[in-house]
Amino acid sequence: MSFGPQAWIQQHWDARAALNFMLGGAGAGLMVAAALAYPDSRAPVMLSLVLVAAGLGAVWLETGKKLRAINVLFNPFTSWMTRESFVALLLFALGAAALWRAQLLPAAAAAALAFVYCQGRILRASKGIPAWRAPQVTLLIVSTALAEGAGLALFFTTAPLAVGWFGLALVLRAIAWTRYREATRNPALEAPGKALVQLGTLAALVLALAGAWVPASAQLAGFLALATGLWLKLALVTRASLNQGFNLPRLPVRGAR
Amino acid sequence: MTRWAMVADLRRCVGCQTCTAACRQTNETPPGVQWRRVLDMEVGEYPDVRRAFLPVGCMHCDDPPCMHVCPSTATRKRADGIVTIDYDLCIGCGYCAVACPYQARYKSSEDALRPDVATKCTFCVERVDAGLAKGLQPGVDPEATPACVNSCIAQALHFGDVEDPASNISALLAENQHFRMHEELGTGPRFYYLWDKAP
Repeated sequence: MSFGPQAWIQQHWDARAALNFMLGGAGAGLMVAAALAYPDSRAPVMLSLVLVAAGLGAVWLETGKKLRAINVLFNPFTSWMTRESFVALLLFALGAAALWRAQLLPAAAAAALAFVYCQGRILRASKGIPAWRAPQVTLLIVSTALAEGAGLALFFTTAPLAVGWFGLALVLRAIAWTRYREATRNPALEAPGKALVQLGTLAALVLALAGAWVPASAQLAGFLALATGLWLKLALVTRASLNQGFNLPRLPVRGAR
Repeated sequence: MTRWAMVADLRRCVGCQTCTAACRQTNETPPGVQWRRVLDMEVGEYPDVRRAFLPVGCMHCDDPPCMHVCPSTATRKRADGIVTIDYDLCIGCGYCAVACPYQARYKSSEDALRPDVATKCTFCVERVDAGLAKGLQPGVDPEATPACVNSCIAQALHFGDVEDPASNISALLAENQHFRMHEELGTGPRFYYLWDKAP
């Protein structure tokens, strides 16, 4: 097609929807890191729940009928948005309980994992957006959440287990990004993707190791991992989201009847 | 089993947008919302350029992704294939709009009848149902036929039961070569485009 409507960036989900993936992902990842690294601390668990709630609050602001928000729970049979909402309720319940009983932290972390998995499937089910419906997007969303949460955790502790989990999450995220990039090749994600690999992975790994001698460098590593992951997800939702566009596979043969 | 579908004869469409205007007037859609659109496309390089007009809108898919993702069950599919939206259930989350590969869904705060919820072409389901109740035949009797089809000055748009081998659109599909948009996505759109006579 040399003239006609080309695919355009979807206008239905903006930064408010992106915040759900950014804050919700980081919060859920922090819950997982908290369960792995230091089950007795309450602050990361509280921050995790606040971040998830803030993300859901942001996306709630985008809905047209805010007072009908309860209707989001009506379709658990096929809608990943409904499933995400149910899992969020479970996450809040288990997270709140874990503030008093640390033994429940693994259960809360499992709910957090399920929460980010639902987020990944929400994007994958968006058939109208090629950059979202790629099967590789699910692992990308889950791994970015884990890496961002692990980065946040470094602000609370630099214990070897926390740093080790951080490194593992970064490597997983870099692999997920590479697989996603190979499948989609979206120009809008090149800059944030490059930052994610160079700053959010390589530099962050070096800084995390240097944390053994200079504690502040571990926090810088966590910040880099967090910031690059958030940037990638913001770009994925708001700038890489070209819709399917239209297609004219056959031209009309006029004068035939 | 009845399965309503629409056929657009691309050889006949002249891009006059009368269907768009008729749809807007019938359904009282606000500015910027066009449930029935006609795209103006050019293919090729000068001097070998071909122009085509492509009516688009909700394809009332067999397997509508908008329905699967809808968290409120506002989007449903009737037994006759028409995909509907319950405006009293919809929360206006926009998930259906990003799930639709045909860019057929809208959400507008300026919509006086359906503010801030998802909207789209309904195949004029009220006209179809009212016509059927009177014993009329959708696609044949104008009173029971979608407004865009009635208004088409070139008889490019047709509506009918694709499961009925004796229907008007079954005959058109048998006599002509046709395609459906984005078939590779597996949504099973019920909007057929005629482009040449059958070989």
